[in-house]
Amino acid sequence: MHIAIILALIVIGSVVFHFLSPWWWTPLASNWGYIDSTIIITFWITGTVFAAVVLFMAYCVYRFRHREGSRAAYEPENKRLESWLAIGTAVGVAAMLAPGLVVWGRFVTVPSDAAEVEVVGQQWQWSYRLPGKDGRLGASSVRYVTPENPLGLDPNDPRAQDDIIVQGDNLHFELGKPVKVLLRSLDVVHDFYVPEFRAKMDMIPGSTTYYWFTPTRTGTFEVLCAELCSTGHPYMRGGVVVEAKADYQPWLQQQKTFAELSKPAKASALKQEGVTRWDLK
Amino acid sequence: MVDVTHGVAVPVAEVGDVELYHPRSWVTKYVFSQDAKVIAIQYSLTALSIGLVALVLSWLMRMQLGFPGLLSFINADRYYQFVTMHGMIMVIYLLTALFLGGFGNYLIPLMLGARDMVFPYVNMLSYWIYLLAVLVLVAGFFVPGGPTGAGWTLYPPQAILANTPGQQWGIILMLVSLMLFIIGFTMGGLNYVVTVLQGRARGMTMMRMPLTVWGIFTATVMALLAFPALFVGSVMMLLDRVLGTSFFMPSIVLMGEQLKYGGGSPILFQHLFWFFGHPEVYIVALPAFGIVSDLISTHARKNIFGYRMMVWAIVAIGALSFVVWAHHMYVSGMNPGFGFFFATTTLIIAIPTAIKVYNWVLTLWRGDIHFTVPMLFALGFIVTFVNGGLTGLFLGNVVVDVPLSRTMFVVAHFHMVMGIAPIMVIFGAIYHWYPKLTGRMLDDTLGKLHFWVTFVGAYAIFFPMHYLGLLGVPRRYYEMGETAFVPPSAHTLNEFITIAALIVGAAQLAFVFNLFWSLRHGRPSGGNPWRATTLEWQTPETPPTHGNWGKELPVVYRWAYDYSVPGAAEDFLPQNQPPMPRTP
Amino acid sequence: MGIIVIFMVLIAAVAFWWLSRQRLTAKPWLEVGIIGDVGGRWPPTLPKAKIGLGVFLAVAGSLFALLVSAYSMRMAMVDWRTLPVPAVLWLNTILLILASVALQTAVAAGRRDDFGGVRSSLLVAYASSLAFLFGQVLAWGELVAAGYFAADNPANAFFYLITAIHGAHVLGGLVALIRTTARAFDGPETSPPRTIGELRLGVELCAIYWHFLLLVWLVLFSFLMHWANDLVSFCRAALT
Repeated sequence: MHIAIILALIVIGSVVFHFLSPWWWTPLASNWGYIDSTIIITFWITGTVFAAVVLFMAYCVYRFRHREGSRAAYEPENKRLESWLAIGTAVGVAAMLAPGLVVWGRFVTVPSDAAEVEVVGQQWQWSYRLPGKDGRLGASSVRYVTPENPLGLDPNDPRAQDDIIVQGDNLHFELGKPVKVLLRSLDVVHDFYVPEFRAKMDMIPGSTTYYWFTPTRTGTFEVLCAELCSTGHPYMRGGVVVEAKADYQPWLQQQKTFAELSKPAKASALKQEGVTRWDLK
Repeated sequence: MVDVTHGVAVPVAEVGDVELYHPRSWVTKYVFSQDAKVIAIQYSLTALSIGLVALVLSWLMRMQLGFPGLLSFINADRYYQFVTMHGMIMVIYLLTALFLGGFGNYLIPLMLGARDMVFPYVNMLSYWIYLLAVLVLVAGFFVPGGPTGAGWTLYPPQAILANTPGQQWGIILMLVSLMLFIIGFTMGGLNYVVTVLQGRARGMTMMRMPLTVWGIFTATVMALLAFPALFVGSVMMLLDRVLGTSFFMPSIVLMGEQLKYGGGSPILFQHLFWFFGHPEVYIVALPAFGIVSDLISTHARKNIFGYRMMVWAIVAIGALSFVVWAHHMYVSGMNPGFGFFFATTTLIIAIPTAIKVYNWVLTLWRGDIHFTVPMLFALGFIVTFVNGGLTGLFLGNVVVDVPLSRTMFVVAHFHMVMGIAPIMVIFGAIYHWYPKLTGRMLDDTLGKLHFWVTFVGAYAIFFPMHYLGLLGVPRRYYEMGETAFVPPSAHTLNEFITIAALIVGAAQLAFVFNLFWSLRHGRPSGGNPWRATTLEWQTPETPPTHGNWGKELPVVYRWAYDYSVPGAAEDFLPQNQPPMPRTP
Repeated sequence: MGIIVIFMVLIAAVAFWWLSRQRLTAKPWLEVGIIGDVGGRWPPTLPKAKIGLGVFLAVAGSLFALLVSAYSMRMAMVDWRTLPVPAVLWLNTILLILASVALQTAVAAGRRDDFGGVRSSLLVAYASSLAFLFGQVLAWGELVAAGYFAADNPANAFFYLITAIHGAHVLGGLVALIRTTARAFDGPETSPPRTIGELRLGVELCAIYWHFLLLVWLVLFSFLMHWANDLVSFCRAALT
């Protein structure tokens, strides 16, 4: 008896909680509203199933509770009922999967006009690199990392010389411009995570991963690390700023290039010719 | 009904028997025992004890999350050590060991009408190696640097680098312990599989086996095939840590210093880990599915609805679970094209799983439901499993996973679906089979108290936690600190969750008390207190003695679910009850 | 991970073949009375030790399939550097084949009750297996002398790991082989038929296990020799 009431209360409580809860996703700041829509579809389908199953159970528990002299029915199976339930479930699953796959297709297809930005993670800070005037990022390798060359750019790659390096500052994005974020790590697995952008991806040392998005709302957003990277993990914070082109360009002008930053160290870097180049990416 | 044999009883001489090992002393009877029932109890007690350690660890973690700084000895290092040990203990050393080593050992021979497992000596070794694995794991708490704090997934390179707590000894002990566990499990697993294949009593066809045995059998087959992946990963990581090889270690600059590693692939470990890790979820879930089917059927006095579909679903889930592993890696940087394949397989697996849920609920329909404690836990299982299963549809659908992965949503999801739900079944099963083990019932009032606090409390812990994840609160954070998008109310919720967790944890002490108290003071149960059909309730003695069946092995005449058969005098017909002779 | 998936498909095929013989579509609630398993055989005729060994080989097979999967996955990366395969591995391969053949001969001799033949064949198998292990150690020594250390790069590490795990399985098999050999020297001619049956079974189990070890070794060897590369790249091309 009690259990029927409590089961019903669990359903009602969960639904009420869902609608009244002050904890909901952060306001979107990228083009991935598709993802939010897919989540909403999933919430409706799964919520309905949850309520239906548990309420039906509550009814059964109330209606068919043991009473003196009562005896259960004998019904080994009901093929038609089972088939219909299976088909219905398959339809529901398809209704969630299909939009999911369509959106995933977009998520993994980077538009050709996307600007490249590199995010480099290391315990426990974020650094950034933007292509310079040539519009391309130069080669890099962990083997080149020195105090003067903290991101490990290839000192012999001419394309790397004009790369812009941002350290200890917020990364800026241009409003409305698609951006492909290249992710690189120097030590352990990190994950560049800005909740408002919805997108995220691990950065794996030894390889470069990526995702893309278009910033759609100006503002300053917090960057967190979303993959356990030892004790400092919760403190690996940073910030990104989304701003209109008029504000973005002056910021970009202020930044220093690799060549400017590494001038005094150039001589010593060239001596490192001997480094093995077999893990060059 | 088709009466296959026309009710002819089988002559005794036809009944095959096995050579039985006979204990000669107290030590070989209760310590180094080769009796599956004793081994089962050893497994269960060890698993429950180490589970209590994990419970305390979860309290400490929750204290830090709800009331940061209140317990000053929990620094970030310790927090991550607690997280890691809690996760690993619960998943492997408690759930896997208890379902397969505990319930498997006890129930497979009894439910199939066998005298014992087919390789009793290997079975005994299995337990002792498991115990050794547990001791090696626990030793991590006492070595310099403490246990590893790499997270239970042990992702390299982090797991073996400096800056990670337990890098010195903890990680080595963890990997060695896992390898031992796998060796021990393989020994046990061989027994469970071969006993099901070869040890069944006469008349016990596969399609007459209780779903409990189907679940444990399929899960064991999966575990035997999946654990080697963890073994290979552990060996390779151990070599990376001890000998400096680079299986998983690329070139790394740690805190400005170039390390000697180079050329390894961290993502390779993730593939190996999840090739084991995903089947592992079902290794825990399938025995729970099986057991809960039997609990519901027995206590609703009705045959399990759609038995054949239930069997097929178990087999289908077992097979499919080997092609979904990379859904744990959607945002790991693997080839994004894999997302299409793994999202599809993952969501397909929802269909057989859903069918199982429908069939449990439809078993209740027009049943004669007794609200015994096992039944209550079974109902609690359905609610938490449906909830956790449905949130799995969020995380399995690749693009929805992108914002939600690595947040508290994931924590809430997997605790609901493979933490709370299987543990509900474990409790239900213990209340159900305790009388067979001891001849006494567990106390009903304490049991109901235990159920209500655990069920309502656990739901209150994990349901709201999803919404923290939706908000974007990442998991594995020692403290949130000042974060712009996290409102102060989220912290209030964290305090609430912590208090609920402490209460639920305390309720488990009532359960432990009940286990010991009822041993002496419980109501005597008799041989078949639940009036159940399956063979383990038909033993000549309770608790069953060595060899289980006295002189003659049982012969099976019917399936496991003859409840409330029309025309029968009783509302249950035991599996070994011969059919009525046909009236001429 | 392609290889392990193929392995799992094979296992699944065996499992489904077996399940298909278990009357999974029967309606058990309609059948009351004694129904036998397939063909009505009860108790089962296959010795349980043989089934047990079969299940164990599936587990060990999974272990090796995973190793090879990891190996080929790593090999596919651009910076892979191969290491020279010592010539002694060819001799070792022949020794392992010899051991396998000798055990098969022992099985045949056992069936004929030719216990002298069983004994000599077992000894040959034992000696050539030991020689195989010794040869593997020689190969290691040769590589170490040439400066190929495990910690240098993953190719070296994989070579040592794979040969070590295979060697450990051979070593484990030798323990069983010693026990069987001891039994063969324990005067089976005068033993009751039951003991003779156990001896035959033991020899058969050893033979099955050695055939498995040989098969695994041939697969591993073909990977170490890079013969399998073409096949793998072909499969990869076919899949993508």
